[in-house]
Amino acid sequence: MVAMSKIATGNGHGENSPYFDGWKAYETNPFHPTERPEGVIQMGLAENQLCFNLIKNWLIKHPEASLCTPQGVNKFKETALFQDYHGMPEFRQAVAKFMGKVRGDRVKFDPDRIVMSGGATGAHEMVAFCLADPGEAFLVPTPYYPGFDRDLKWRTGVELVPVNCESYNNFKITRNALEAAYVKAQEANLRVKGLLITNPSNPLGTILDRDTLKSMVRFINDKNIHLIGDEIYAATVFMEPEFVSISEIIEEEDVECNRDLIHIVYSLSKDMGFPGFRVGIVYSNNDSVVSCARKMSSFGLVSSQTQHLIASMLSDGEFVDNFITENKELLFKRHKYFTWSLSQVGIGCLKGNPGLFIWMDLRKLLKEKTFAAEMELWRVIINEVKLNVSPGSSFHCEEPGWFRVCFANMDDHTMKVALLRIRTFVLKNNEAMVPLKLCRPSSLKLSLSRSLSRRMESPGIMSPHSPLPQSPLVRART
Amino acid sequence: MAIEIEKPSSVRLSKVAISKTHGEDSPYFAGWKAYDENPYDEIHNQSGVIQMGLAENQVSFDLLEKYLEEHHEVSSWGKGAPGFRENALFQDYHGLKSFRQAMANFMEQIRGGKAKFDPDRIVLTAGATAANELLTFILADPGDALLVPTPYYPGFDRDLRWRTGVKIVPIHCNSSNNFQITPEALEAAYQSAESMDLKVRGILITNPSNPLGSTIQSSVLNDILDFAVHKNIHLVSDEIYSGSTFSPSEFVSIAEILRNRNYKDAERVHIVYSLSKDLGLPGFRVGTIYSYNDDVVTTARRMSSFTLISSQTQHLLACMLSNHEFTQNYIKTNRERLNKRYDMIIQGLKKAGIECLKGNAGLFCWMNLSPLLNEPTRQGELELWNIILNQVKLNISPGSSCHCSEPGWFRVCFANMSEQTLRVALQRIHKFMEQRKVCSVNQ
Repeated sequence: MVAMSKIATGNGHGENSPYFDGWKAYETNPFHPTERPEGVIQMGLAENQLCFNLIKNWLIKHPEASLCTPQGVNKFKETALFQDYHGMPEFRQAVAKFMGKVRGDRVKFDPDRIVMSGGATGAHEMVAFCLADPGEAFLVPTPYYPGFDRDLKWRTGVELVPVNCESYNNFKITRNALEAAYVKAQEANLRVKGLLITNPSNPLGTILDRDTLKSMVRFINDKNIHLIGDEIYAATVFMEPEFVSISEIIEEEDVECNRDLIHIVYSLSKDMGFPGFRVGIVYSNNDSVVSCARKMSSFGLVSSQTQHLIASMLSDGEFVDNFITENKELLFKRHKYFTWSLSQVGIGCLKGNPGLFIWMDLRKLLKEKTFAAEMELWRVIINEVKLNVSPGSSFHCEEPGWFRVCFANMDDHTMKVALLRIRTFVLKNNEAMVPLKLCRPSSLKLSLSRSLSRRMESPGIMSPHSPLPQSPLVRART
Repeated sequence: MAIEIEKPSSVRLSKVAISKTHGEDSPYFAGWKAYDENPYDEIHNQSGVIQMGLAENQVSFDLLEKYLEEHHEVSSWGKGAPGFRENALFQDYHGLKSFRQAMANFMEQIRGGKAKFDPDRIVLTAGATAANELLTFILADPGDALLVPTPYYPGFDRDLRWRTGVKIVPIHCNSSNNFQITPEALEAAYQSAESMDLKVRGILITNPSNPLGSTIQSSVLNDILDFAVHKNIHLVSDEIYSGSTFSPSEFVSIAEILRNRNYKDAERVHIVYSLSKDLGLPGFRVGTIYSYNDDVVTTARRMSSFTLISSQTQHLLACMLSNHEFTQNYIKTNRERLNKRYDMIIQGLKKAGIECLKGNAGLFCWMNLSPLLNEPTRQGELELWNIILNQVKLNISPGSSCHCSEPGWFRVCFANMSEQTLRVALQRIHKFMEQRKVCSVNQ
């Protein structure tokens, strides 16, 4: 038997995590409204599927964006030959513009600092290769995206040291927690090279406030370590307070900052709903990092065919403005309906303004305050309720009982089926339930009329609109 | 205005980041700079540098464009773009089944049906660059070694070594037997690795060879496989130029060798393929790993998460490559055109008094300028190369950048330009050689 490498034979691929077990259950029995109505509903996949109509309409109006149409084929040859790892200038310009718009044009991005990668997955690994040697470490606040264990560690040999965050203060990242993690790393003889934050957060769905961001920038400056901001969910923030990027924070007057330490990972997989196109971006203020990352990007360039499409689409300013607005609108409606329905059966989630998922609080449903109990509950949810949700432990959450539930990756009908199943399950376990603190950012009075309640239970409702007419939240936004 | 603090000793980047193993300081890339600054253009810059250092295939684009013009409904997302959503969401690292099926068929057609490929053993990567690095991560640990016959593609120094920490130990080949790989050379390389305390994990061959432009003979492939079995190491066969052999019968794939052996010893063999050369689509980043080893397939598939092929591109190529009529015609026509180009350049060089290695594949020829060297050394070769670059205004690749052990050989690409441009290049070479004759007569 001829041997493979240690990297190949180890578990660094991370697929043994329960995060993926639920996917397996889904794959063997996926929900379908007519063919498999009892199948597992996928709520473990953070995708944005609400905006496709808008995009399709744009594509139909712009056949030249595709190389395959009569209007676009004249660009075929030059595009097919273009393999320069700098990337197409029009692609970089369009992406830089988009990133600026998503941040309300409060900050400008330099197209020459944009480096391509194979999705955000490729971007994270590339940044790790650039900044750290094998055996060195990054600090990462918990709970965090399970894929980081693979992306940052597997082939790079870099370690991750968790920064513990807890529910008592809504999982805020405190200076104390950062310092504690740093000390812990030193005690384990690990040299810390950087801090990786995800903002907006996965799995919490919350955004970091200005003070926390400033505190983090000060922390990394004091320690002379890098700050990597994964901002792939930036455009999915649909209400106040607005998303604040680290690129904005470093421009503030009271912030001292060595810009060479600041790097952003971005992607179009979540904000635009294009995970298949593998558009990952590394944006760095550090010339050496840009230069090195660009060379490394040879291992994961964006297809020039896709660069051409994205360049066309994102340089259409009108489309981009519409998209950003409509995307927020649709996510807001979906989120509202979803969280309100959950609250009706006493299920709460973390306070905040998430994009594609909620951080659901099922602590009261645990038999005991342990991760074993969390796993038990999770198995019940998968096998009996037939929903694939992601258990908090797979995100390295310190407290058992939290689950990430995605809601933007399905149509309205499927969402209603999922909610009905949750409702049924909770009512069955009624004695365990106590009304919980609800997660709406403002105090919405909930007096559900009987007719409305009956409408909710009926699977026949297909309306995409909130069942609450004249919501003060909607009015406040406009 | 943000306060910019004076940078202390900047926090160091990684050792990988600081190292020069990315290889961009090699003369292979220096010539590109001269070209970028003064590129030849048939109309606007007739005295510019002609790029002959880029192994691209531009001779068959009309066939691709014709396909798209006749099938645009199929290969875009269709009228009303109904397939767009599904395609944009598809991020499964198994890759589109239709695309893998089409790739398997295409690879079989290139080999004239002499080998069969199972679509479920195809792993997708963003280009052969990524495929070669990925395989290295899987087959070797940092500090281990891969044996690679010289001369070899300069990019391997980066792809196989940079981020992996793996070393390359050369298998020395020379002109005495047309640079063929011999069992003695294999053994010598293995011993050399052992003497440096390096654990050899595999052999990487390129067939057809870059930069030689020739296919590896069946008997040699058998020798190499036997050697790999004997040492219990892996064998990677980079076959990205397989569709660019001038005559279909001359290319023997390692897949055929395995088939002839009933797939005994197959679990150590892995094939790298790409559409960058055969189809002329380097920008689309389409690479594949085909492995006969289940564990390697599974692991490679997981690792491909870092470097997947855009689903948009998978969709286009699935349509194109499952059109049997198109692929048959393309493979046949492409071969004929490359053959014609090859003949043109060989004749032209011969007239100028320059010999080349007998080639039968690829997008380049392996030219022998050793008689022109001032001294038979690497230095002498680089001096000559500089003259060719700056006076003759041709960017060709010096053999030393390909780790050739004999100075004086150069790789010259011929498929990345029009016939007219190639004629101009040959005229310049002819003139250069005439001038040298005059000079040497006068000395």
